[in-house]
Amino acid sequence: MERAVPTQGIGFDRATQAILLTFAGLAVAALLVPGWMVYLLTVILARALVVLGLIVLWRTGLMSFGQALYFGLGAYAVGLSQKFLGLRDAFALVLLGLAAAVFFAVVLGFLLRQYRDIFFAMLSLAFSMILYGTLVKSETLGSTDGFAVAAPSFLMWKPTGLAGQYSLLYLTMTVVALAAYAVHRYLASPMGHLTTAIRDNEIRVEYLGFSVARAIHVKYVLAAGLSGVGGALVALAVGHIDPELTYWTTSGEFVFVTILSGSGSVLAPLLGSALFELLRTYATDYAPYSWQMVLGICLLALILFLPDGLWSLLGRRRKSAP
Amino acid sequence: MTPLLSVRGLNKNFGSVIAARDINVAVAEGEVVGIIGANGAGKTTFVNMVTGYLRPTSGQIEFLGRDITGQRPREVIAAGISRSFQIPQVFSTASVFDNLLIACGIADGARLPLWRKLRQRAFTDAAESMIARFGMVDWRDQPAQLLPQGVRKLLDIAMALVRHPRLLLLDEPTSGISVEEKFSIMDVIMEALRRERVTVMFIEHDMDIVGRYAGRVLAFADGTLLAEGDAETVLNDPQVQRYVTGERLGQRTAREPPASEIRA
Repeated sequence: MERAVPTQGIGFDRATQAILLTFAGLAVAALLVPGWMVYLLTVILARALVVLGLIVLWRTGLMSFGQALYFGLGAYAVGLSQKFLGLRDAFALVLLGLAAAVFFAVVLGFLLRQYRDIFFAMLSLAFSMILYGTLVKSETLGSTDGFAVAAPSFLMWKPTGLAGQYSLLYLTMTVVALAAYAVHRYLASPMGHLTTAIRDNEIRVEYLGFSVARAIHVKYVLAAGLSGVGGALVALAVGHIDPELTYWTTSGEFVFVTILSGSGSVLAPLLGSALFELLRTYATDYAPYSWQMVLGICLLALILFLPDGLWSLLGRRRKSAP
Repeated sequence: MTPLLSVRGLNKNFGSVIAARDINVAVAEGEVVGIIGANGAGKTTFVNMVTGYLRPTSGQIEFLGRDITGQRPREVIAAGISRSFQIPQVFSTASVFDNLLIACGIADGARLPLWRKLRQRAFTDAAESMIARFGMVDWRDQPAQLLPQGVRKLLDIAMALVRHPRLLLLDEPTSGISVEEKFSIMDVIMEALRRERVTVMFIEHDMDIVGRYAGRVLAFADGTLLAEGDAETVLNDPQVQRYVTGERLGQRTAREPPASEIRA
């Protein structure tokens, strides 16, 4: 029987085409939406970055209940750099957010990579709560009120108003597109395939000659880096940071969106993040005193009827197509 | 000539339980060595120590003249030793092809840049070749968790072979396989391993399998090496028959009346 030979060469694969089309469409659509949506789109995209990292961990069989640690670190790296160093450039601030998250993830990863399942989840949560406690108690770091983050400049350009918002949106869009492509290529590489391999059988991975602990450490740092960049971009978009960014409920929201999205595609976080914001907006609007209950019921229904997330609906449609 | 594997004075204790006691073994390149023993005799403990799964309490393991005692599995694998398991260790949600593709990619992965894809010709060809060599063509696209036990065993061994080891240890390659299938599965395994020119040590409970495929046999009992030598000599050794194969015990039971009858 003839076997399909995998495609090689420089042509774009389907996932890369989908990433290109999605972000090209978003770039055009952003010009047509009302001004208030520019901010919302920026936040949705930035938060999708955190979920993109969680998907890498989830495919490895790990779930972090404390990803807000790195989200908050990225945001505070921006705020503190502005406050104490006077940095305003968006590119430099985002890079600092990335560096802060990666640094702490490399250090904490040595401990976390030894744990699995609920122990990994709870240990990651513990670290995020330590940061939360530190921020709340520290006047220098803004305590419970946090502090304001000024609008960024872009290299030497200092746009204001809607132009500033659009600049940040397109920066965020570019970063998320590049991150989605990088994660897609990573998952398609032998090292990326270690994710599901580790989830399925750690012993076999070790007996193929690769360190499971090292692989998990790398994936943890990758997820943290994406969260740090997401946090930095959200800080710039919102213009304010406070300890709530590192609180366990923030981590819980990211887990919610990860389950909502599913791990089937690097584009799934965009869908999940957008739907979550929509859901939360309408839930708080129509049920201001019980919106958490609405979210809870949605999560329950999702786990029962769509355990592989919303993205699996697209997969099913493709499978059923003639 | 330096033996491929040299084990000297190997001991393993789990608290007060002695799982291995003063084991001395040398294996030459190209040998096929059968390991026999009753349950709890120390066969798997021995394999686990050689492959880095367990750290010996004392003793020395040398491979190609290099001390590998207490090294981690991936270091032992890098040295040129691989293994299969009594319960096949495969990626259960992936197909047979993907299992081997991932295995080839991971085995070679440390040297690959991140932007190179797993689905590339070198890996797909290697995976297809393994599938053909182990006779798994009809199961190529089946998820591993749905495979019959015999095919899972074959897949486990094929995955152990992707790094082209010099020494392969097989932990009960025919356990859980029907009597009718055992020899055909072993024929496939041994033919594939012969082509690979790999030295083989295999744990086995079926003495017909041992007699047919092993050039040399190690018999374990109570954590010690009871006897070693060619298959015929070892399998006919009275001590081995008493403590390992149970044949003398069976003969005695047939000849002697049960204890209850004596008391009566």
